[in-house]
Formats: sequence, C-alpha cells, structure tokens
Amino acid sequence: MASVRLEKVCKAYGKHAVVHDLSMTIQDGECFTFLGPSGCGKTVVLRMIAGFEQPDSGEIWIGDTLVSSPARGVFLPPEKRRIGIVFQDYAVWPHKTVAENIIYPLTIQKVARTEAAERTSKTVAMVGLEGLGDRLPFQLSGGQQQRVALARALISRPQIMLLDEPLSNLDANLREEMRFEIKELQKNTGVTILYVTHDQEVALAISDRVAVMDESGVVRQVGAPDDIYEKPADSFVFKFMGVSNFIPLEWRSGNVFVKGSDSVLNCPLDAEQIEAVRSGTLVAGCRPHDVELSAEVSDNSGVVRRAVYLGSIIDYRISFGTVEIRAQKEIFEALTKSRIFREGETVGLRFLDLKWFREEDLAVAAGAAQ
Amino acid sequence: MSYVELKNVTKRFGKVTAVNDLNIDIEQGECFSMLGPSGCGKTTTLRMVAGFEDLDEGEISVGGRLLSSSLKKYYLPPEKRNFGMVFQAFAVWPHLNVFDNVAFPLQIRGLSRAEIAERTRKAILHTGLEKYETAYPNEISGGQKQRIALARAIAINPSVMLLDEPLSNLDPKLREEMRFEIKDLQRKFGFTIIFVTHDQSEAMALSDRILVMRDGVAQQIDTPLDIYTKPANRFIFSFIGLSNFLPATVSDGAIYVENSEDCGPVTRDLPSNLPAGPRITLACRPSEIDLSRDDGVRGFIKQKTYLGDIIDYRVMIGTTEVRVQKSRRSALFAKGESCCVKLNRPHFYPDDMPTP
Amino acid sequence: MIRHLKSMGIAEILLALSVLVLVVVVAIPVLLILGTAFFVDGHFNIKDVVQVLSEPDTYEALKNSLVIAAGVTVFSTIIGVFFAWLVSRTDLPFKGTMKLLFLIPFMLPSFIGALAWKMLLSPRSGYVTKLLMSSFGLESAPFNIYSLAGIIAVETMYLFPFVFIQVSGALERMDPTLEESARISGAGLFTITRRITLPLMMPSIGAGALLVALYSLAHFGVPAILGSEVGIYNIPTKIYERIYQSGGSFSAIRTATILSTILVVSAGVILYLQSFILKAGRFQVISGKSMRPVLLKLRGMKIPLLIFSIIYIAITVLLPTVTIFMVGTLKTYGIEFTAANMTLDNVKYILFDWKMTRDAIWNSFYISLAAAFVTMLVGTLISYVIVKMKVRGKFLLEFLGVLPFSVPGTVIALGVILMWSGRFGVNLYNTAWIILVAYIARYMAFSLKSNSAALEQVHDSLEEAARACGATHWQALKDIVIPLIKPGMVAAFFLIFLPALRELTTSVLLYGPKTRTIGVAIYALNEDGETVYAATLASVALVIIVVGQLVIKRVTRSKLEGE
Repeated sequence: MASVRLEKVCKAYGKHAVVHDLSMTIQDGECFTFLGPSGCGKTVVLRMIAGFEQPDSGEIWIGDTLVSSPARGVFLPPEKRRIGIVFQDYAVWPHKTVAENIIYPLTIQKVARTEAAERTSKTVAMVGLEGLGDRLPFQLSGGQQQRVALARALISRPQIMLLDEPLSNLDANLREEMRFEIKELQKNTGVTILYVTHDQEVALAISDRVAVMDESGVVRQVGAPDDIYEKPADSFVFKFMGVSNFIPLEWRSGNVFVKGSDSVLNCPLDAEQIEAVRSGTLVAGCRPHDVELSAEVSDNSGVVRRAVYLGSIIDYRISFGTVEIRAQKEIFEALTKSRIFREGETVGLRFLDLKWFREEDLAVAAGAAQ
Repeated sequence: MSYVELKNVTKRFGKVTAVNDLNIDIEQGECFSMLGPSGCGKTTTLRMVAGFEDLDEGEISVGGRLLSSSLKKYYLPPEKRNFGMVFQAFAVWPHLNVFDNVAFPLQIRGLSRAEIAERTRKAILHTGLEKYETAYPNEISGGQKQRIALARAIAINPSVMLLDEPLSNLDPKLREEMRFEIKDLQRKFGFTIIFVTHDQSEAMALSDRILVMRDGVAQQIDTPLDIYTKPANRFIFSFIGLSNFLPATVSDGAIYVENSEDCGPVTRDLPSNLPAGPRITLACRPSEIDLSRDDGVRGFIKQKTYLGDIIDYRVMIGTTEVRVQKSRRSALFAKGESCCVKLNRPHFYPDDMPTP
Repeated sequence: MIRHLKSMGIAEILLALSVLVLVVVVAIPVLLILGTAFFVDGHFNIKDVVQVLSEPDTYEALKNSLVIAAGVTVFSTIIGVFFAWLVSRTDLPFKGTMKLLFLIPFMLPSFIGALAWKMLLSPRSGYVTKLLMSSFGLESAPFNIYSLAGIIAVETMYLFPFVFIQVSGALERMDPTLEESARISGAGLFTITRRITLPLMMPSIGAGALLVALYSLAHFGVPAILGSEVGIYNIPTKIYERIYQSGGSFSAIRTATILSTILVVSAGVILYLQSFILKAGRFQVISGKSMRPVLLKLRGMKIPLLIFSIIYIAITVLLPTVTIFMVGTLKTYGIEFTAANMTLDNVKYILFDWKMTRDAIWNSFYISLAAAFVTMLVGTLISYVIVKMKVRGKFLLEFLGVLPFSVPGTVIALGVILMWSGRFGVNLYNTAWIILVAYIARYMAFSLKSNSAALEQVHDSLEEAARACGATHWQALKDIVIPLIKPGMVAAFFLIFLPALRELTTSVLLYGPKTRTIGVAIYALNEDGETVYAATLASVALVIIVVGQLVIKRVTRSKLEGE
C-alpha cells in the first residue's frame, strides 16, 4: 500500500501539451479519481504512473521509490512497479481460462504452486466468481469479465490499483453494482486506488478525493466529492458535475436583476459581490433541483416553455428574463405539492442555493442553461 | 373511429408468437410510443404498420383506409402506404448527397422538378440542414444524418410518421435535443407519430400515450404520468423507473416487512384491493420513501452513496434491503445509523417470483 | 510498445533488419528489372524500349493481353454479379450448396482447366468436338478452343469467383434498412435495385473486377496451353517464349524486362484504382445488426434458374474435372472410354516409377513447405514491427510489403533471375533455391496481410495488462501475443503452401532439369504430347489440392474452437 506523488510532470505529443506541470499527492489507501472530459489527458497521467508512457519532465514517486525521472535518467519499467491495472476493455486474455488469467501474476513471480492455487481461489471468491474458474472469457458476461480483471489486478497484492474507465462498457445496473464492489474491495484490502473517468456520477460515488480536469489538462479543483459538488471552484467544475443553470446579472437602481429583464434576484450579497455585479463579472449558478416553482407569481417569475417527464422527475424549461432555466422536481413530490405545470403557464421561481462565479468571459455563462 | 386502428393483430414466426391479439387505437396528431424490452414485439408491430411484415390475423387501417387484413386477404405493400419512416441506424444513402436523399421520395412520385426542389428545400429548412445540402452523409455527424432521415420522411407530408428507435444511436445530449425537434416538427406539420423504443425515459418524455408491451402482449396503454404513478402490474412497475420489491406479510390488520415484525408495521391502512395474504409483495419507488428518526419502520443505514443532488441509501429492515433516494438537502444519515422508513405510495402485488 | 531507455535500439534494429529482408527479397529484383529495361551500359535508353514495343509480335502480345483481360473482366463481372445476386438475394433453393460449388473454381488451377478444355474442344481430337460433329453431321469443328475466345472463356470460368465472393459478401452484409427506407419512400423493386442497391455495390463489383483484370494480365497457364501453339501470345507467355527460344540470351532477357515493366505498370495502375475505390469511405454499407435483407421471390423462375445454375456448374466445374480424371486413366490418348481402355497403372507410374514426375511432386512439396514456413515467420516478425512498434520509418516497411502484390509472378521470376544468377556473387540459377526465393517474394504480401490482421486484433491493453502483472516485454510476447496470433500464422502458412504447390507462372521460368515443380511437369508433359500422363499428374495434383483444402478447414476450425 503506497502513496503516489507527481511533481511537475509534463507530457506533450508533438506540439500539443497534454499534461502541464502536474503536481499531486495521492495518499496511501485513498480512492482518488481523475475526472474530466475525453481527451483531457487523464488517461495519459494514469499511463505515466503505470509506466506505459514516460513523462517529458518531472518526477513520479510510488511510495518511497522514484519510478520516473527523465532528468535523473530513472525509469522503472511497468513490470517492476507492483501495480494492478484494470482497463476499459477488461483486457482479459481470451486464450486463458478465468483461473489461468487470475493466477498469471503469481506464475510470473514464481510463487509456489500450492500457495498460488490457494490465493487464486480466495481471490476468485472475493470477486464473486466461484465455480467459473474453468470458463473461457467468451463464455462470460461483460460484468464477469470485469471481475476477472479486478481479481487479476488484486491477487499480487499491488501497491496501487489503476482503473481506467473500467465501468463505461457496462449497462447502468451493472455499473452501480460494480461501483459498490470496487468500494468494498478497497475497504477490505486497503489498497490505494487511482481511478480515471469522465462520468461524474461514478466519481462522486466512490472517491475519497476527486481532481477535476478541463479539456486542456488543467486541474481545476481537487477535493472530497461533496466539496466539489457543493463548493465548485469555478463554473467549469460546476457545469461538469451536473446539469446547471447560469444566470447573468446586472445592477440597476440598487437591485440585482437578471440581465436584460425585470426579474429581481432576491439574495444577500456582500460588497465585493455587488461590485462584481456592477462590473458585469458575477454570474449566478444553480442546480435544477434547487429551483423551487410555485403557482404564486412573485418577483422572480418565468414562463414554462417545456414540461417533460424524465423517468422519476419532471424536467421544466422556464424562460426567465433573457435565459432559460431548467428546473427538476421528483414526480411524487410534484404531484403531492401540486407542482405540475403546463407549457405556457407562468410560475414563480425561488432559488434555494445559488453559487457565485466570477467570469471574465461571460459568453460562457450568458443564456447558457445546460 | 380513431385514425390508426389495429384490431386483433397477431403475428407468428414459426412457433413463436411475436405479437398476440394486439388492439390499438391512435388519434390523429397523437404521439404514441410502444415501449418494452427487446423481443417484446414492438418493432414487429411497427413493421406491420409499415408493411414490411404481413400479419397472420387481424386488421390494420389508417385514416379509414385498410392496409392489411387477414380476413379479407388484403395486403398493401410498403411503397404504397405513404408513410414517413425513420430507422435506428438512420438508413441514409451514402452515395447520394443530402438534397438527393431528401428528394428521393418526391422523385419516385413523379412530381415536377420545380415542385421537388421546392418541397425538398422546405423539408431541409425545417430540419436545419440548409448548410449541408450538397454534403454527403460520410461528411456529417450522426445527429445530422438523423435529420436527413427526418427531412426525407416529412418531405412527402405524410399523415403518419413511424420511428424505429431513432435516437438510440445518438449520444445523450443530442438525444434530448432531437426529442424536442421531433416534437416541434409534429406540432408544425400535425402528423401522427408511432414511436418504438426500449428507453422508458424517452417514451415518457415524448409521448401523449404509451403502450407497454411484454412477450407480444399489451400490458398497459396510458399517459406517461399514469403509467408511472398507476402501473397496472408488477412488470410495468419495475420496467419504468427505479423500484423496490419487498416481501411482506399481512397479520393483525397490518402489513409488515417479512421477518421484521419487531421493526414496526409499514401501515395499518389496508387498501380495499389488497391481494390475498398472508404473503404479498410491496413495491415502492426509492424517491417515494421518507427517512426520519422516529416515524416509520425501524431499520439502519447499510450503505450511503453521495451522487451529487441525491444521496442513495441502502437501508436494512431486518434482512430486507430497501433502496432510498433523498435530496441532499434533506436530513442526512450516516452509515450504520438507525433510522425509520416510511413508504409514501406503496403498491401491493400478490406474492410471486421477483421479476427478472 | 514502450522503448526502454536501456534497451534503446532494439526497435530500430528490428526495423532495419525487416527493411533489409524486404529490400533484398522484393525491392532489388524489381529495381533490377526496371534498370535492365531502361538502362544500357549505364545510360538511360528509351529508344530501345520503344523499338522493342513496336516490334510486331511484342505489340501483338500486348494487344492480346489487353483484349483477353478486358474480355475476361467483362464476362466475369456479368456472371459473378448474376450468381451473387441469385445466391444472396433470391429464394433460390440449396443456396448454401450452390455457394460452395461456385467457389470451387477458386481452388483449381486454371491451367489444368485449360488442359481439360483442350481435350474436350480441340478442333481435331477433342471429345466434345467429335461428339458434336458426329451428332450434327458437321464437317469442321464448331468451336476452336485455340483462340482468344477460348482463352477468355476458360479464364472466365476460373476467375469469376473473385467477383462472386466480393459481391455476394457485400449483398449479404448490406444494411437492409437502406433498401427498406427506399421502399417506404415509394420505390418498387426495380427502382430500388437501380438507384440504391447497384450503386452501393459498385465498390465491391469494381474491386472484384480489378482483381480479375490483374490476374488475367499476369496469367501464364491458360494462354500457354491454348494460345502458344497457334501463335497467340500474351505478355507472360511472350516473355517465356523469348527466353526459352534464345536459351537465355541477354537481349531476350532485356526484351523480357521491358515487357515486365509494362506488366508492373498496369498492375500498379489497377491496384491504385482499387485502393481509390475502396477508400471512398462513403460506401460503408455494412450493418452491425444481423438482420437479413428481404429475399426476392422467384416464383415461376425458381426451378429454371436452379437448373441453369446446376448446368453451369456441371459444365464449368464438373465436366473438366471428370475429363482430367478419366483421360488420366486411359492407356492411350484418343481411344474410347471403356473399362478395358482405362487403368490405374498410370497413377502408379506417375507416383512411384517415373523419376521425373516423382521428383516434381517431391520438389513442389518441399519447396512450397519451406517457402510457406519462412514466409510465415518472416512475415510475422515484420508485421509485428509494422503494427506494434512505435518507431519512425514504418511506412517504408508497409510500402515494401505491399509491393510484391503488384508484381506478377513472371516479373518476380525474372527479377530473381537477374539478381541471383551470379551478379552479386551468388548463383542460384537452376537450383531449387531460386524457386524458393521467388516464392518468398511472391507470397510475402499474403503473409504480411494475414499476420497484420491477426496482430491488430491483439489490443495493446492485452500486452499491457501482462506487463502490469509483472511480465517483461518478452514474457508478454511469449505468453500473450504469440498464442493469440497463432491462428493467423497458421492461416498464413496455408495461404502460401497450397497456392505455391500448384503454381506454374513463376516456376516455369526458373526450373532446371532437376527442379521441376508439379505445375511445370504437367505443362512439360503437355508440350511433349504426353497428354495422358499430363492428365494423370493433373489428377494427382487435384486430389492433393482438395485434400489440402479440407485439411486447412479442419485445422483452422479446430484452432478457433479449441482455444
């Protein structure tokens, strides 16, 4: 069980810099997720930690061992790093049985046969594949293959486990199940997990800490899931973590208005924020679940443009001033509290939890309800 | 008389009955979905309406015009039915550019060149493809290919549009966008839509009414809200939205979660149509359950997962696991804490094997 | 794969080795040909080239090549498309069997077919000719098989499967909704076929037709058997005639190289056209779903078309094959087929008693085995460098690897002669080695294609997972990559062994008195007038080929299942 430390790691492909000066420490035993859109460089970071890619500059430490440092001419090949890895496509070897797949690391390490067999059956049981040891991969479902990959990664008792979008090829139900299992496995073995994904739901569900990266590879925020969700550092993080509303503001006659409208935003602001509204650099952000609708039309009111059922919630698009706000309400609650509205109706809006962002470039925020 | 009528429609493939005695009435201008797991017969039904399959029994008529009838031994081939159809993989012809793709059905009908051009341009405009008129399908994205398919279908001004899982090959964001576009087109042109999907949120978002099918048999035809809040049977309950199925017992005029009499009753309010006990199945939605410190059946938090807006709890009542989803702003419980569970709108079903 | 700082250079070394092999085996022979054709005494000389090309008989050979190729292509396309459509899009009964039967001509060497047709339709002594003449009281033969028409007809019989396979495959894999959407748009079957199906099939038709053209231009056997006797030559047979008439004189070789250049250029043009057609990515019509397109109901035409197909197969496949077997057992050519006149002693003689044929069979076996083995191994190594190694300069390997594809067997033979007849200090002429080298050059492209395909299926993550488990680069290769590409390697082996075993075009220019191959022996027997023994050896060859095909099927299937 080890920590991972990255110091000023850089990687570029040709002229295209993918990882810029990344410094990060992943604690021993923690489940740490790199979260970001496709192509942001998160997989490159994982591969550098694994040893399949080399950084251009900087240092990578696993535990107390320096594993990569171009400056010092150090490079430890993957097979010597004591890592476990699970790929998106499982990478289960089709010509070996389940048991042969899982026992492979021990054969390489020349572990004694009896001990290897015992550890294999224990690991097989740990991932819930009892009785399937003699099956070939093509006879297994996607979820079962994923478990083979997990078992194979865990059996050699690695220092760290690297998971590269392992759940994206599974259907929604299976994904949930596997999420729990990964968490359980981590709890039981205490291994450090480095997880890479673009799915913010998974990241929130399993991580101890999350690092949110944007398309150009810059880390926008690092923190615990509830911190990232409730206290986003900037509008990118806010937008990435879920459906979001952005409300541009302006200051008129002593009040905060939704830009270009007569809708007043009633909420307390400190002097600094008021100054920001005045200069046009403050944007309010809000989650659809935090928009309360009522039949009583008040200062904040809008017109329902669309009302759509999305599974267990009703999704409303409401024009509010110059922007379109999205509000969501769980169906049962909407029914019992009479919050079912039709297109064309005027509704009152109340914002329960506004986040404030300073934006230099308001083109991002203006009218951009997601 | 409704606009689209299916009467006692049955279709068999060898020994398998793919569609069994189906009766549907669709109003003009309605958006009607057929929803169900793969193999339930929805696509076969759509293909019978389109004319790609002939029925074994029953009748299909649209707008008063008979299309297929087993009794009268009548069958109108697809090319004569005048429908618009959009397929799952778009079925856009790669060797024709956008204009020629959309113009094709008009050319077949032998209209004048001028008229073809005018109506094609109109359809292209309505689907937002003006910039791509001379482009070829391999040069444009999936969403735009789907728009070509839509434009081609509306170019002939059909009375009925048949959509076969048209959005499942698109990514989630695009899917939402296209749903709105389809609805807008329906509003503008007034055609009737028959839509096939396996995605329940899609059916719920788009439809005026939904038909849920299973193994060739119609389960329920209702508005989306009614299907969600008043599912006619257990299968529909589990197919639409998340669900909990709890084994329960009836005794002393109260309902208890099985093997958890000591945790307190679920309710003493027995509905009149309660299935015969003593063992029954309780069904409830994770979002329709209240957690508190003192009001309800006693249990404890086995698992807590933070999902952003919602917290997902797994609560143990005795040996039964219940899934609860609460907003993050409601009272929070920690893993291992004891709590009380109140089911807000439980449904009661007879005791039988859990739905797969 | 990553490059270790310590072992830097292994990738480069392998790349260099691979390039070296391909250069020596493939590039130099071709360059020598071009050099010899265009350079005299070190000076670029186009005058001679023009002069050679305008000589009446070389010019004639060129013309014939084009006429034959054009004719074969047109007819193969028509027949291939017709049968492909019949088998894939109608409710013709016994489709599975018909499909297999249509593929048989693929397996059989066309020059043996030419031999059979010679026996059947030769104007003076052909069996069918005699039958027709006596039945209809004709004074002269109705057909002359020794003609351009005869050559075109026989080649078509054996080459149309190229078109058939491409088009039937494409028709079956085509997304049925492409036609359904046309139907719902109002189009009837005829319109759909004309405006949707056919245009979408064009790339496959084109690809198949170009392959046919390529083969026909480069083909030796059929024109040699049906044309040379009456002075009809195409380029490969002209090259052969010149070299053998002059006993290998330099000017003959020079003429040959000039003619070869024409072949190479035309082959290059054809392959370029083909890649151009295939690259038109807009014609990706293959659907992932396994839904079948709707079949056309033939109704009244069903039985007549079935009968027609059966007759076609009977005439083009069954008849010549049976003829060969039967003539092969005659005691003397020309006599009637009665039990008294037929004997299996011929087979015994060919196989065991006659040194010439015995040696030929043996030679073919061991040279083809060696060629297949070497090409498979070398091909695997080079494919690995191309597919898996991150090293600059790979494109060179890819180019060199595909080159032989466009170089006809005759040209390779010629190039190999130029290179290995003492020029660089090594003289392999008249030995089995020179044939071996030629085969390796000829079939390298197949090995590369097959092995590259197999390697591409082995995703990097499979190797990387092994590395993460503690395996070194080499252990990962041994435990993971090689087991997974074994089927590809085996396929490559057989893809080379069987064609090499039965080929004629290349070895006919390279054989010496002791190094005849089966193909050469059959041809030589025919040239010497030993028609019966030619047929006997041909029968033996056919049996070997069919057995070999069956063995391949068993082995490749069991490899897939037993994994």
